[in-house]
Amino acid sequence: MAVYVLCLVLFCVGIYAILSKRNLIKIIIGLIVAEHAVNLFFILVAYRIGGRAPIFEPPPVSIEPMVDPLPHALVLTAIVIGIATTAFMVALAMRIYEKYGTYDIARIRELRG
Amino acid sequence: MSKERQPGMTLIVKTVTRLTVGLILLYGIYVVTHGHLTPGGGFAGGVVIALSLVHLMLAFGGDVAFKTLSKSGAAVLEAIGALLFVGIAIIGFGWAGFFFNFLPKGTPFDLFSAGIIPLCNIAISLKVGAGLFSVVIAIVFLRVAGSERE
Amino acid sequence: MMPTSPVIPLFVAVPLAGAFAIALLGKKTRIIPNGMALIVTGGLIAFSIIAMRMFSLFGVHTYKLGAWPAPFGIVMVLDGLTAFMLFTVSLIAFLVILFSISYMERYSGRWQFYTLFLLMVAGMNGVIVTGDMFNLFVFLEVAAVASYALVAFGTEKHELEAAFKYAVMGSVGSLFVLLAIVWLYSYTSTLNMADMALALQAAGSTRVALVTGVLLLTGFALKAAIVPFHAWLPDAHPSAPAPISAMLSGVLIKALGVYAICRVFYSVLGVSPQLSMLLMVLGVVSMSVGVLLALRQWDLKRLLAYSSISQIGYIMLGIGIGTPLGFMAALFHLFNHSVFKSLLFLGSGAVEYATGTRDLREMGGLGKRMKLTSAAMLSGSMSVAGIPPFAGFWSKLLIIVAAVQAGYYWFAIIAVVASMLTLSYVMRIMRYGFLGELREKWAGVREVPFMMKLSLGLLALICILGGLLLLPGAREFFLTQAARTFSVGTQLASRILGGV
Repeated sequence: MAVYVLCLVLFCVGIYAILSKRNLIKIIIGLIVAEHAVNLFFILVAYRIGGRAPIFEPPPVSIEPMVDPLPHALVLTAIVIGIATTAFMVALAMRIYEKYGTYDIARIRELRG
Repeated sequence: MSKERQPGMTLIVKTVTRLTVGLILLYGIYVVTHGHLTPGGGFAGGVVIALSLVHLMLAFGGDVAFKTLSKSGAAVLEAIGALLFVGIAIIGFGWAGFFFNFLPKGTPFDLFSAGIIPLCNIAISLKVGAGLFSVVIAIVFLRVAGSERE
Repeated sequence: MMPTSPVIPLFVAVPLAGAFAIALLGKKTRIIPNGMALIVTGGLIAFSIIAMRMFSLFGVHTYKLGAWPAPFGIVMVLDGLTAFMLFTVSLIAFLVILFSISYMERYSGRWQFYTLFLLMVAGMNGVIVTGDMFNLFVFLEVAAVASYALVAFGTEKHELEAAFKYAVMGSVGSLFVLLAIVWLYSYTSTLNMADMALALQAAGSTRVALVTGVLLLTGFALKAAIVPFHAWLPDAHPSAPAPISAMLSGVLIKALGVYAICRVFYSVLGVSPQLSMLLMVLGVVSMSVGVLLALRQWDLKRLLAYSSISQIGYIMLGIGIGTPLGFMAALFHLFNHSVFKSLLFLGSGAVEYATGTRDLREMGGLGKRMKLTSAAMLSGSMSVAGIPPFAGFWSKLLIIVAAVQAGYYWFAIIAVVASMLTLSYVMRIMRYGFLGELREKWAGVREVPFMMKLSLGLLALICILGGLLLLPGAREFFLTQAARTFSVGTQLASRILGGV
C-alpha cells in the first residue's frame, strides 16, 4: 500500500512544481516527474508477488506465475507520448527564450485579460 | 590535423566512435528484427538506431551525421515509416479487417514468424529512428541558431 | 451478432494516411496538400453520413481491430452519439480546410500545417469512435499534441507563450485522465469500456467510481475549458491562425472535453444525481463567467474565445439536466456552436487577412467594403446571441425549456440573462467592426478571396437553416438517435458485449 501512496505523493510533487515554479524548464521537469509517477503507478499495478517477466519461452520453461503484461505495453505507449510532449515543450521553451531572453514566466506575461 | 578545421570532439572520442557506431546500429537492427521473439521491438530498436546517429553527430559534428542521413532524408523516412504502418493495417481489409494479421504465422521462435508483427516493427523503427534523430537535431541546431543571434 | 462495418476504422486511418502522404509528397507543390486535405475531409463527411445512415438502419455497430475478440482486442463502437460527433467534426474540418486554402498563403510550411491538421482530425475521430479506455487516452494525446503545435504555428512571441501555457495545462489534464484510467484498470482488470462498465456494476462499489470520476472530470474539464480550468483558452485560441482557432473552438474542445465526459460518465461510470448537479453548476458558472469576461474584451478573437467558454457552459447545463429533451438540446447546441463559432473565427480571420488588425477599436465600417464577410458575421452573431430564426435560438430555447421542465428555475433564469449579455457583446462586434462610418485608412480594403467567401457563405447558410433540423424527419435522423445514447447509458455495455 505504501508504494502506491508514494506514487501519488510523487505525482503531487510534480503538480506542485508545475503550479509554483517560475522557470519554464522547472515546469517541464515537474511535468516529467508527474508523468513518470503515473507510469510507475501503472507498473506497480501490474506486479504480482513472485511473478516473472511475461516473455514467452519454448515449452520446458514455465512462465507462470508472471506479472500482468498489458500495463507494460501501455506504459511504453505512455512514455512515447511523454517523449513527444516533452520534446515539443523543450523546443517551445527554447523558442520562447530566443524571443524574450528569459525563462522566467513572471516576465513572459504579455497575454492578459 | 589542426583542431580548427576538424569539428567535433577529440581524437580519442572519434576513434572510439568509429569502432562502436556500426555495432550500435547493428544492435538496433537486431532489436528491431527480433522484436517478436525477445524484449524490444520497433520502438526500442528505433531508439537505438537513432542514438547511433546522434552518437555520430556528437563525435564528428553535424556535417558528418548529415552525410549519413540528411534532415530531409530523415523526414522522408519518417513519413514512409508511418505510411507503411498504416498501409499494413489497411491491407488487412483484404482479409478480416483493419490490422488483421494476414500473413502465415510460422512456427513460434523462428525469425520469420508471427505474420505482420515484424513488418510493423520495421515500419515503427523507421518512424521512431528518423523521428527521434530529427527531434535531436532540431533542438540542437535551434539552440545554435539562437546563440548566434545574441 | 452485433453488426460490424468496415467504415469505422477508416475515420482514423484515412486522415492518418493523408497526413503522412502530405508530409511525404506535399513539400514542393501547392496542389497536393490542398487537394489531399480537401479530398480527405470531404471523404470523411461522406463516411460520416454513411455511418449515420447505417446506425439508423441497424443500430449499434462495433468493429474489432485485427479481428481480436472483444474484451481483449481494441473495439471501435459506432452509436448515435458517435455518428453525430463524427459528422460535426468532418463538416467543420472540411469547411475550415476550404477557408485555409487561401488564408494560409501567407504562411510558410503549408504542408506542415495540413499534416498537423489531419493528425488532429485523426486524433479527434479516434477519441470519438474508440471503445477502449487506453486508446481514448492515446488519441486524446495525438489530437492534443497536434493542437499544441498548431497554436504555435506562427512562432511569434504571443503564439509561443500561449502554446506553452496550453501545452502545460493540456498535459496536466491528460495526466489526470491517465491516472484515472490506471486506477480503473487496477480495479476492474479490463480496458474495454463496455467490459469495464459491467465490472463496475457487478462490483457495486461507488468509491472507486467516485475517485476516478473526479480525476476524469478534472482532466476532461481542463480540455473542455470549463470555468475553473479555463485560463489557457483565451490565450491559446486567439493566438493560433484563424482556421485553427475555428477548429479548436469549434470542435476540439467538444470532441476532447464534452464528448469524452459524456462517453466516460454516461457509458462507463454511470451517472449519479450529484454528478448531474455538478455538471449543471459547472455549466452555469462557465456560462456566466465567460459572458462577463467577454463583455470587456476589445480583441475580436479574444472576445470570441471567452464566448466559447460561455457557450460550453450551455452545453454542460443541457447535459446535466438529464432529461431526453435536455440531451437533445445540448447536442443541438453543440452542433450549432461548432458552426457559428467556426464561422465567427473564420470571419475574424477574414478581417485580419484584409486589414491586418483584430482590435475592434481600430475597425469600423468594414461592412461597406466586405459585404459578404459582414453578412456572414452578422448571421453568426445573431445565431450566438439566440435571435430567431437563427439556429442558435432554437437550441438555447430548448435548453431553457428543458431546465424549466426539470424544475431548475434558477438555472433557466441565469441562462436567459447570460443570453441577453451575449447579445450585448455580439452587438459590439457588429457596431465597432462592421457598421458605422468607414475609416479612411480602410478605404483600400478589399473583400477576401473566393474560397474564403465560399466557406463563410456555406457556414452562414447552415447557421440560418440550422433550425430546420428540428423538423420531425430530420430531428429523428440527426438528433434524437444521438440523444438516445445518454438514456441508454451504461446499458450500452451489455448490448455491445452481449452482441459479440
